[in-house]
Amino acid sequence: MSYDNELYQQVILDHNRKPRNFHVIDNASHNCHGVNPLCGDDITVYLNVDEQAGKIDEVSFQGSGCAICKASSSLMTAFLKGKSVEDARQIKDEFHKMILGEMDPEKDEHHLGKLTLFMGIREYPSRTKCASLAWHTLVGALDKKFDGISTE
Amino acid sequence: MSEPITSVADNILNVENIRKDFPVLTQIVRGKPLIYLDNAATTHKPSSVIERISKFDAEEYGTVRRGAYKLSENATQVYEESRQKVADFMGAEKKGEVVFTSGTTQAINLVAHSFGKRFVNAGDEIIISNIEHHANTVPWQVLCEERGAKLKVIPVNDAGELMIEEYEKLLSSKTRMVAINHVSNALGTINPIKEIIEKAHAVGAKVLVDGAQSIPHMKVDVQDIDCDFYTFSGHKMYAPSGIGGVYGKMDLWEELPPYVTGGDMIMQVTLEKTTYAKPPARFEAGTPPITQVIGLGAAIDYLNAIGLDKIADYENTLLEYGTRLFNEIEGVRIIGNAHHKASIISFYIEAAHPHDVVTLLDQDGISCRGGHHCAQPTMIRYGVPATTRASMAFYNKPEELDALAESVKKCIRFFSA
Repeated sequence: MSYDNELYQQVILDHNRKPRNFHVIDNASHNCHGVNPLCGDDITVYLNVDEQAGKIDEVSFQGSGCAICKASSSLMTAFLKGKSVEDARQIKDEFHKMILGEMDPEKDEHHLGKLTLFMGIREYPSRTKCASLAWHTLVGALDKKFDGISTE
Repeated sequence: MSEPITSVADNILNVENIRKDFPVLTQIVRGKPLIYLDNAATTHKPSSVIERISKFDAEEYGTVRRGAYKLSENATQVYEESRQKVADFMGAEKKGEVVFTSGTTQAINLVAHSFGKRFVNAGDEIIISNIEHHANTVPWQVLCEERGAKLKVIPVNDAGELMIEEYEKLLSSKTRMVAINHVSNALGTINPIKEIIEKAHAVGAKVLVDGAQSIPHMKVDVQDIDCDFYTFSGHKMYAPSGIGGVYGKMDLWEELPPYVTGGDMIMQVTLEKTTYAKPPARFEAGTPPITQVIGLGAAIDYLNAIGLDKIADYENTLLEYGTRLFNEIEGVRIIGNAHHKASIISFYIEAAHPHDVVTLLDQDGISCRGGHHCAQPTMIRYGVPATTRASMAFYNKPEELDALAESVKKCIRFFSA
């Protein structure tokens, strides 16, 4: 009955079913629309950034996608609230390296906390974009990419 | 439950013997025996094709249509024999009506470009349907944009069938081309193309049939249906990738300008002017994929040896069996329930996104496609972001569909827990 893989852990399934921060932030200081054209994942990330302190006060998302995409978006928003913009960018880079298998969180230093849950993705190259879409869209929002983000 | 259908299927063809012809089917995937159900995306090759390709490359390879030496002359001969096999397989009147391309996508682009340049002008209309592959949608959109023509779309009913009475309303003296698939890759619908073609011809329009999904699974006779163009892909008919083609009526080919230009498609080139070769050479610039053409010929030999009628009958029993299994699973919605259907089951599960479904099916060794199947307008029509698709070939067994159904149930339980 069970599956022999690290991909769909309980926390991921839980965030898929009950995504956190799953709403629009009205008058958000930053937002960006991101899509995976090949599979149809489609999300918007909203941020309220305190520009003076360089801090993310609020972060949320909306949209549709697979369990990995939704759980990754949900966990990202929960993880980044209150963090600095600089830290957020660094965490995005580390997360991306981890899911591509270029960084091993069991050996290398990192700041990913429980986001290492997504480590199993490195065994499924066709699914990395599901996990990374939220992060690319986040950076798109921070960089004020008004045309949106596409992973292709 | 599986007994009656298995015996029916066994009476049509001996699938265990057939499976011995396909080396890939013995592969172990993620620790489980491979169950390959993505045949609408691409099919596997029988040993006879693999061996023919290998022998050709080892002993017979040479350039075609240009070398005045033995190796090239022989290669040219077997290359043209393959063209004859394709022509016979499709029921074409003349061998030269078959133009080789890299596949269906390039074939449709060729016709859209060359036919469009010659026959489509501002104010003219092209008709496609709501259940076309992007390869039979985008080239016509581009053509319409370039020529100032208008694209019209035949709607489909909830079962996935074209609404013929609506199609009739779209037809007029402005219609230049009707481009329609024989079998929908996303839903499996078999379209009534003979009727569609007859109605198009009545207003003077030409018809291109996208045959990528039909030609490996049913007997096609281009003269009987009276289509103007019929496209296909080798890699969906147990042949190599990188080869396919398009049948066209010779009098139409003769009127069309080339698409790709260069070597081997010319009559004479001076620095001032070039005259073009006759079809099919006019449409085959450059050195073709020679080995792939030989492989295509071998695949046709293999299909003929089994018989397309038997293949269609057998795959139909698989479809009926699989549909019955899926209808019994709570929480599964089959997208596409046309009365006439090829062996494709596209389905949607409320509890899980198709990409998660295919990843979990893969854990059980099952290869299915999850996505929009390059048919986003079809997905939009049925209100789903994507579907999971099981597409069967004659080397699949009813037992594999039992395994698929069990794996789908397991997946639903997993995501509903």
